[in-house]
Amino acid sequence: MATEYFLRMGDGQKIFMTKEDILADIEAGCADAADLGDIPALSEDEMDHMLDIITSPGRIVGVEPGLEVPVTHDIGAIRIDGDQGNSGVGIPASRLVGSMVHERAFGADTMELGHIDYSFKPVKPVISQEQQTMEVCQQNMVIPMLYGAMPNMGLYYTPDGPFENPGDLMKAFKISEAQDSIQHAGDHGIRDMVWIMQKLQKVGSDGVNFDTIGAAGDGDMYASLNAIEQLRKEFPNMYINAGMAGELVLGMHGDLEYDGTRLAGLWPHEQVLLAEKAGANTFGPVCNTNTSKTSAWNMGRSVTFTKAAVEASSIPCHADMGMGVGGIPMLETPPIDAVTRASKAIVEIAGVDGI
Amino acid sequence: MPIAHIMASGMTGMRAAGDLVARMQFSKNMRLGEAKDFVAKKLGVSNADLSDEFVMREIREELDIGVITSVPGCAKGIAAKMNIEKLLDIEINCCETFRNTIA
Repeated sequence: MATEYFLRMGDGQKIFMTKEDILADIEAGCADAADLGDIPALSEDEMDHMLDIITSPGRIVGVEPGLEVPVTHDIGAIRIDGDQGNSGVGIPASRLVGSMVHERAFGADTMELGHIDYSFKPVKPVISQEQQTMEVCQQNMVIPMLYGAMPNMGLYYTPDGPFENPGDLMKAFKISEAQDSIQHAGDHGIRDMVWIMQKLQKVGSDGVNFDTIGAAGDGDMYASLNAIEQLRKEFPNMYINAGMAGELVLGMHGDLEYDGTRLAGLWPHEQVLLAEKAGANTFGPVCNTNTSKTSAWNMGRSVTFTKAAVEASSIPCHADMGMGVGGIPMLETPPIDAVTRASKAIVEIAGVDGI
Repeated sequence: MPIAHIMASGMTGMRAAGDLVARMQFSKNMRLGEAKDFVAKKLGVSNADLSDEFVMREIREELDIGVITSVPGCAKGIAAKMNIEKLLDIEINCCETFRNTIA
């Protein structure tokens, strides 16, 4: 009987496969990314390296000494005091305490402050609270401390926001009205994101992490890139991370552009060029995990997309490696074996500048 | 999960020199290799030493740029970041805000 190795499905379930089957899945995931993105596939050596990582006998694996990368953080201290919806563990603690725990106890390379809803829009009514907390965090912390939030254009549409829901309009075949609504929401979002960050820069924030850009499609990315551009003009030294929501920008509008490039349909190696042009310091490429596929397939696909982005970029790429992205299972408590294998592969094969 | 990443691939922040390398990536758009070279040169160590807690512990205490454990008298918070500004020749927003407050 052939030797079988343990790995995970995209939902986290433990499975066993032969080396040959694992390699076949790596090749298939890689081929899928190469085909979709029209990018180079991984070399045979790189796929063999991934196979070695996956079949490594230890429970956890790590990068070779000297190859370590900075690990940046999203969601902020909500990880400590938040509820399950934010994957929080419900420990009653202030955000300052949560941030200092990340710095002093976890060994985080950077940290961020985030509002409990973690979207920009709800920050507006509580901006003074956010300023005060940022100020106290900056007084006490040493590692870079950004403000993190999601552009989340979905909150600008009915029933949560002032603009008519483009999904409802499209269902009624009101396509141009839906496009107008997306454009208006985007313009509103730009104004909000810039205003919020102006307030936080005033009290000493190191910068901003735009988390899950494009989650609501091309309108979301349009708003984020324009906000980045405006902030960069106003604050030349501000740290700006542009983290994406998925490997593909969905064309909810379809015609929106940034600097002459259509946003709909962009893949990570194309997205990074616009983030760079807008003025981001770092870019977070993303590849979503398919829960019906194995971690070998998902890692093959994720590393292929990310490697192409890293090679196209001239700014540092910090790959998004949270739950359900980057080859990591879609689970709030992703198994450590799967996390460390995806972590090592994205650093050693894709060559990212950070996570 | 973030701890798994830190243990597998991270530079472990203030335990070593992860925060310094990250600052150079953010403040000067430096790619990983360039940022590590820059920080290593400023500290007078090798690139591999930047993730070595044994090497960095002493250096951080000597330069007073913040240490992971609570050492009485060592610079903390903005005071440590002001020393990082000098070491890396960069400007940190909260330090500038602090200076403007006391001026």
